[in-house]
Amino acid sequence: MTALVLVEVENGAVRQASRSAVAAASRFGAVDAIVFGDGAEAAAALPGVTRVLSVPALVNDLAEPTADLLAARAKDYSHIVAAASATGKNILPRLAGLLDVQPIPDVVEIKDADTFVRPIYAGNALATVRSSDSIKVLTIRGSNFDPVAAEGGSATIETIEAPASEKSVFVKVELSASDRPELESARVVISGGKGMKDAANFKLLEPIADKLNAAIGASRAAVDSGFAPNEMQVGQTGKIVAPELYIAVGLSGAIQHLAGMKDSRVIVAINADPEAPIFKVADYGIVGDLFEVLPELEKAL
Amino acid sequence: MTMKVLVPVKRVVDYNVKVRVAADGSGVETQGVKMSMNPFDEIAVEEAVRLREKGAAKEVVAVTIGAQAAQDVLRTAMAMGADRAILVRTDDTLEPRAVANVLKAIATREEAGLVCMGKQAIDDDMNATGQILAAKLGWPQGTFASAVTVADGRVEVAREIDGGTEVVSLTLPAVITADLRLNEPRYASLPNIMKARKKPLETVEIDSLGVDTASRLTVVSVAEPSERKEGIKVNSAAELVEKLKTEAKVI
Repeated sequence: MTALVLVEVENGAVRQASRSAVAAASRFGAVDAIVFGDGAEAAAALPGVTRVLSVPALVNDLAEPTADLLAARAKDYSHIVAAASATGKNILPRLAGLLDVQPIPDVVEIKDADTFVRPIYAGNALATVRSSDSIKVLTIRGSNFDPVAAEGGSATIETIEAPASEKSVFVKVELSASDRPELESARVVISGGKGMKDAANFKLLEPIADKLNAAIGASRAAVDSGFAPNEMQVGQTGKIVAPELYIAVGLSGAIQHLAGMKDSRVIVAINADPEAPIFKVADYGIVGDLFEVLPELEKAL
Repeated sequence: MTMKVLVPVKRVVDYNVKVRVAADGSGVETQGVKMSMNPFDEIAVEEAVRLREKGAAKEVVAVTIGAQAAQDVLRTAMAMGADRAILVRTDDTLEPRAVANVLKAIATREEAGLVCMGKQAIDDDMNATGQILAAKLGWPQGTFASAVTVADGRVEVAREIDGGTEVVSLTLPAVITADLRLNEPRYASLPNIMKARKKPLETVEIDSLGVDTASRLTVVSVAEPSERKEGIKVNSAAELVEKLKTEAKVI
């Protein structure tokens, strides 16, 4: 059995979530990688990858041509795998539609080549499902699989032509400029909730994030209220994180937020309401006014 | 503009309910639990109604698949402004692939110019049906939409991606899946709820569509995730930092 992994490369480096997808796919047998746009060399350096399919012409990861290309190659593979990232979640279900198979999103555990565990109901239940499809289309939750190293492999690279995309045209992309680590791969994450009261107050998290080299996240309520952009959202419908340390500030701990962070190793909660559900999952809690606690925390670090 | 917008909606366990896993491990308890429209579908209904209000669409048709009780989410969609609704009746639980087969049949029959749906249902958390449907129809897709503009036979969609926002321009017909920030859905007013009762609701037996609704996944078991233990309260930031250094050894 050979698996094909959609590998995402950003600024010349393979994204950590894709390295986790390669680690997961290695459980099935040999691993080929496919890279859209630049970055085939970075994918070829991943341990465990034997062959890289490079599609330099598809720089924008549009779902239509990428899924067409994957579908054309699918018969050579038992499993087609991607990270459960925005890219993976856009392209792989479309591929599954083209192949007429049922995709298996957000896999957190692989039982065997056909059997997978995935969270449902915002992670309040774990479903073990067995697929009868001949080609399995999976997205992998990076926080549940240790990534392969970035270096050490020496795969061959085969360049392939891109199909045309007429129905879908890339217009532009606006990326948030940030020197901070990515939410999904940061060792420390500090997140603000509705208790931050407004967007300007999110700045109070920055000096602490600087000291801990942390990524900054937000609850859905904070995003809904316009305090933070959606790409900072942690939760069922945002990003799933499992850092070594998660600091939840002024957020109550709604079910859908817990779904995105409860696998963190150590959880700290700072909240004025002693009854807030976040304290039920926190290893350390401070009951208090975050506007007093945050400056103290900054000083203590 | 003569475009018809099809809005698939799903009846799910209300987002405020903390579900419990059934004792026999076959699924989660849904008996006697409050049900409502999937929140992302509400956003999709709102967007479709706004397109009609702006004159970019002629008609908004809501569709759901399920038992008779699923009618209530169709009434909600019509109270929000959908013009009419279709219930595809079945007592089975369908996977996204099967749902997409049904929706393809309905979209084709209705000659829909746009399908606007939630990006994800909050029960199975699949985030797949819109993409599968787009593939099966051979239409382009604008997933995780945070802004939608229809003009000159195309739709421009701003999409939520991991590091920010991407804008794509799609030919119509197309499938759009709604993300959180696309809009804030209106509340259905009482007069509109009353009016919705008189709007047409057609029932279609699923077998009459002649599509493949078989499941490809077998649920082996459903289990509770491991619970975290509640920790301790500390009295100051200084004490917290001390604990993180010496006890948790995380900083």
